[in-house]
Amino acid sequence: MADADNVLVMENITKVYPNGFVANKNVDFSVRKGEIHALVGENGAGKSTLMKILFGIESPDTGRILLNGQEVRINNPSSAIKYGIGMVHQHFMLAPSLTVAENMVMGIEPKNWFLFDFARALQMTKDIAEKYHFDIDPKAYVKDLSVGQKQKVEILKALLRGAQILILDEPTAVLTPQETGELFVQLKELKKQGHTIIFISHKLREIKEICDRITILRDGRSVGEANVEEMSEQDISDRMVGRNVVLNIQKTPAEPKETILSIRGLSAVNQFGKNVLNDVSFDVRKGEIFGIAGIEGNGQSELAEIITGLRPYSKGSVKIKNVEIQNLSIRKIRELKTSHVPEDRMTFGIAGDASIEENLISDRYYKKEYNRNGLQKAKKISRETDSDISEYLVKCDGREQPIRMLSGGNIQKVVVAREFSSGPELILVDQPTRGIDVGATEFVRKQIVKLRDGGSAVVLISADLNEVMELSDSLIVLYEGEIVAYFPDTKNLSEQEMGEYMLGVKRMPPDQIGDVIHAK
Amino acid sequence: MQNKRSYSSKTIESRFEVLRVATAIGISLLVALLLITFASKQPLNALKWFLAGPILTMRNFGNVLELFIPLTFGGLSIAVMFQCNQFNMAAEGSFFLGGLGAGIIAVGIKMPAGIHAAAAIAVGALFGVVLCVIPALMKVKWKANEVVSSLMLNYVALFFGNYVLQYMLFDPDAGYNASHIFPRSVRLPVIIPRTGVHAGIFLAIIMVVVTYLFLYRTKWGYAIRITGQNQNFAKYSGIGVGSTIILSQVAGGALAGIGGATQVLGMYTRFSWTTLPGYGWDGILISILANNNPKFIPLAAFFLAYLRVGADIMSRRSDVAPEVVSIIQAIIVVLIAGKMFLDTYKHKMIVKNSQEQVKEGSLT
Repeated sequence: MADADNVLVMENITKVYPNGFVANKNVDFSVRKGEIHALVGENGAGKSTLMKILFGIESPDTGRILLNGQEVRINNPSSAIKYGIGMVHQHFMLAPSLTVAENMVMGIEPKNWFLFDFARALQMTKDIAEKYHFDIDPKAYVKDLSVGQKQKVEILKALLRGAQILILDEPTAVLTPQETGELFVQLKELKKQGHTIIFISHKLREIKEICDRITILRDGRSVGEANVEEMSEQDISDRMVGRNVVLNIQKTPAEPKETILSIRGLSAVNQFGKNVLNDVSFDVRKGEIFGIAGIEGNGQSELAEIITGLRPYSKGSVKIKNVEIQNLSIRKIRELKTSHVPEDRMTFGIAGDASIEENLISDRYYKKEYNRNGLQKAKKISRETDSDISEYLVKCDGREQPIRMLSGGNIQKVVVAREFSSGPELILVDQPTRGIDVGATEFVRKQIVKLRDGGSAVVLISADLNEVMELSDSLIVLYEGEIVAYFPDTKNLSEQEMGEYMLGVKRMPPDQIGDVIHAK
Repeated sequence: MQNKRSYSSKTIESRFEVLRVATAIGISLLVALLLITFASKQPLNALKWFLAGPILTMRNFGNVLELFIPLTFGGLSIAVMFQCNQFNMAAEGSFFLGGLGAGIIAVGIKMPAGIHAAAAIAVGALFGVVLCVIPALMKVKWKANEVVSSLMLNYVALFFGNYVLQYMLFDPDAGYNASHIFPRSVRLPVIIPRTGVHAGIFLAIIMVVVTYLFLYRTKWGYAIRITGQNQNFAKYSGIGVGSTIILSQVAGGALAGIGGATQVLGMYTRFSWTTLPGYGWDGILISILANNNPKFIPLAAFFLAYLRVGADIMSRRSDVAPEVVSIIQAIIVVLIAGKMFLDTYKHKMIVKNSQEQVKEGSLT
C-alpha cells in the first residue's frame, strides 16, 4: 500500500468510554485520496466511535491521526472542519424553521456591515449546488423538504465549508430506493471532482455498488482492509460477523400446536410519516420458532414494538390468546404470559446502574408471591436471583453488582434469564445474539430451542441471516413493511433465495404467502 | 477474566464516589479556612468558634440538633423525588404549606394532647402532597417540565400562605404578623432541657428508616428507583411509569409537609412564616451529598447543621460574617454536581486497567 496516496491515516486508535467499555482497540484505518471507502461492521463494532474521533466529537485515548502525512490534533468538530473533514450525521443537524440558504451558511454567515446578507447566502448556495450538480431550492424551508433533500443540504453544507473528506453515516438508512440511486450519482460526481468519501453502512449491496475499498470492523478491532472488487458480499459478511465458527443448532423438527398470536391487516406509520408496516397478517403457533427475516429497517422493529405493547397501532388487529391487545397496558400483555427480549438491550432491556438482582425482577417484583406485609421478600428474591445467575451462566461478582459492569454477552444472559424464567407461552426475541460473543450466542440459541421444546411459541427477529434460517422452524420475509415470502419449512432454503426476497427482487404470489394464516 | 475486570472497575468506581465527596468537602473547608484567615484580624479565634463552637456548650449543640430536624426532612423529601429522576423543586413550597396546615389545625380545632399534634402533622403532610403532586400531574399528562412548574408553584404556595395568615389566622394581639397562640396540646415537647430540641427529632429519625425501607424494600420503592434509572426499561417491564412518577412526588410532598409541620409545632408558639423557610432548597444540597440515599441523609443534614451553627457562632464571637457557609456550600455543590470532577483521573485508571486486559487478550 503506497502510503503517499493516503489522504488520511488513523493509527493505533484506542477509545475507552467512561464505563470501561472499549469501543476501539488499536484500530488502524487509512483512506486514499479520491476514493469512496466503505467502513462496515455490526452495531457496536466501533464504526461510529472511530468516525466521532475523526470528526473531533470524541478524543482517542491512544493513537494519532495523519492528514496528508502531517500529524494533526482534532479536538472538536470546528477543527475537523478546518482540516477539511465534513460529516453528515444519520440524524440531520438542520434548523427546520429556516430556509435552505440560511441553514447552509449557519456559523459562517455572510455579512453586510453587521447585518446578515441573505442575498449573498442565496448566491453562495446556488453556486455550490451548481458546482456539484445538486438540484435544490435555496429559498425553500427545511421543514418542507423530503428526507433525501435534507440530506443533500447536509452534504452541501459540508462542501461549502471546504470539506475534502466527507463522512456519511449510514446515509441510505432513511432513503427510498430512488433517493438512494440519486445519492449514488451525486457521490460519484463528488468523487470525480476529487473528494474523498467515507461511507458507513451495513448494506453490502450498496457497498459493492459504489465503494472502491473497504475496512471491516468487528468488536472494536479492524479485521481487514481490501479492494471491494476482491471481496464478495459473502466474504464481507463473514468477516463482519466473524462467522468462522459455524454454529450448528441441534434441534428436532417442530411440532406446532394451536395458534397463540394472530395478526390481521396490521399497518403502521413511523414518526416521519413513512409507512413502515403495510397490511401484515400472520399466525404463530405454540411449539414453533417463527422467524421474521429481512434487512434492518423493513418494519421488524415496529412489528416487535406493537406485539409487545411499546407502540400503539390504529389499523389492523393483534390478538394474543384471542385477546385484542390494542388497549392493554404492557403489564397486562405480560400477564398473558408473554415476554420480550428487546432489540436494544441497553435502552429497554436493563437499567445499567441497578444491580443484577434488580434487573432480574423487573417484570415480577409486584406479584403477591414476592411481597409480604408491604415489604419485598428479600430472601426469596435473592435465592431466585442466585439460581438464575448459575442456571444462565452469568459471569459476575454476585447479584449486587451493577449490571452495566458486565460484558454485552453477560448482560444479554441476564435479560434472557428474566424473560425466559417467567414461563412465557409466547416470547418475542429481537436480535437475541447481536454483538455478543460466540459462547453467549450459542447459549442463548440453545435456550430458545429449549423453550420451544417446552411448548412455547417463539417469534425470532434477526438481521443475522444464518441465525434466522437455522433457528426458525418456519419464517416470513419482510420487505418495506410487507410480507414478501413465507416458508413453512426452513430446511431446504438457500441463502441466495432468501437474499433475493430480502432485497425485494423476488416476491411470492399472495396465495402462497396466505398459507401463514393457520386459524381461519 | 470477566470477574477480574469487573472487580477492578467496580472498585475504582466505588472508591471514586467516596473520594469525590470527601475531596469536595475537604476543598471547600480549606477555601473557607483560607478566607477566614485572610478576612479576620484574629483568625485563630474565628476558626475556633467556627469549628469547635457547636460542641463547646450544650446549648450550641442543641442548636445543631434543632436545625438537623428540618434539614433531614428536606433531604428525605428531595431524595425520594430525585430517585425517580424528577427534579421537583416544590419541596420548598410543600415544607411551607406543611407548616401552614399544621398551624391551621393547631389554632383552629380543639383536641386532646398528642392526638392534636398527630392530626396537625397529618394535615401538614396532606398540604405538602397537594402541592408536590401538581408538577407531577402536569408532567405525566402534558409533559410539562417539572422544574419550571414546581419553581413557580412555590410562590403560589407562599402567597396562599400569606393570605391565610392575614385573613384567617391573624392574631391582632400578637404584635407582629402571626397566628393565634398554639395550645399546649399541639406543641411538640422539648426533650433536652435548656435547648430547643423537641420530640420532632424522633419523628425525623423514624422517617429516615421508613423512607429507606420504602425506597429499598417495597415494590413501590423499586418501581420509583427503576423508573428513575431508566424510564424506557421501566415501561418495557410493565411498570406504570406515570403513576410511579406521581407516587414519588406524593411521597416527597408528604415528607416535606411533615417536616414543615414538625418545625412549626416544635420550634414556635405561633405560625408566623411570611417567607419560604428554605429547608426544601437545603434538601437539594443534602440529598446530593447523600447520593439520594436516605441512609446517608442524617449524616449530610448533621454536617450542614453543624456548619451553619458554627458559622453563626463565629459571626457573633468574631469579625467574620456567617455567609462563609454559603461559600462552602457553593463549592461542595459545584464539585459534587460537576460530574467531571476527578473524572480525568478516574478515566485514566479505567483506561489503564482496560488496556492491560486488552493486552492479555481477555477482553473480547
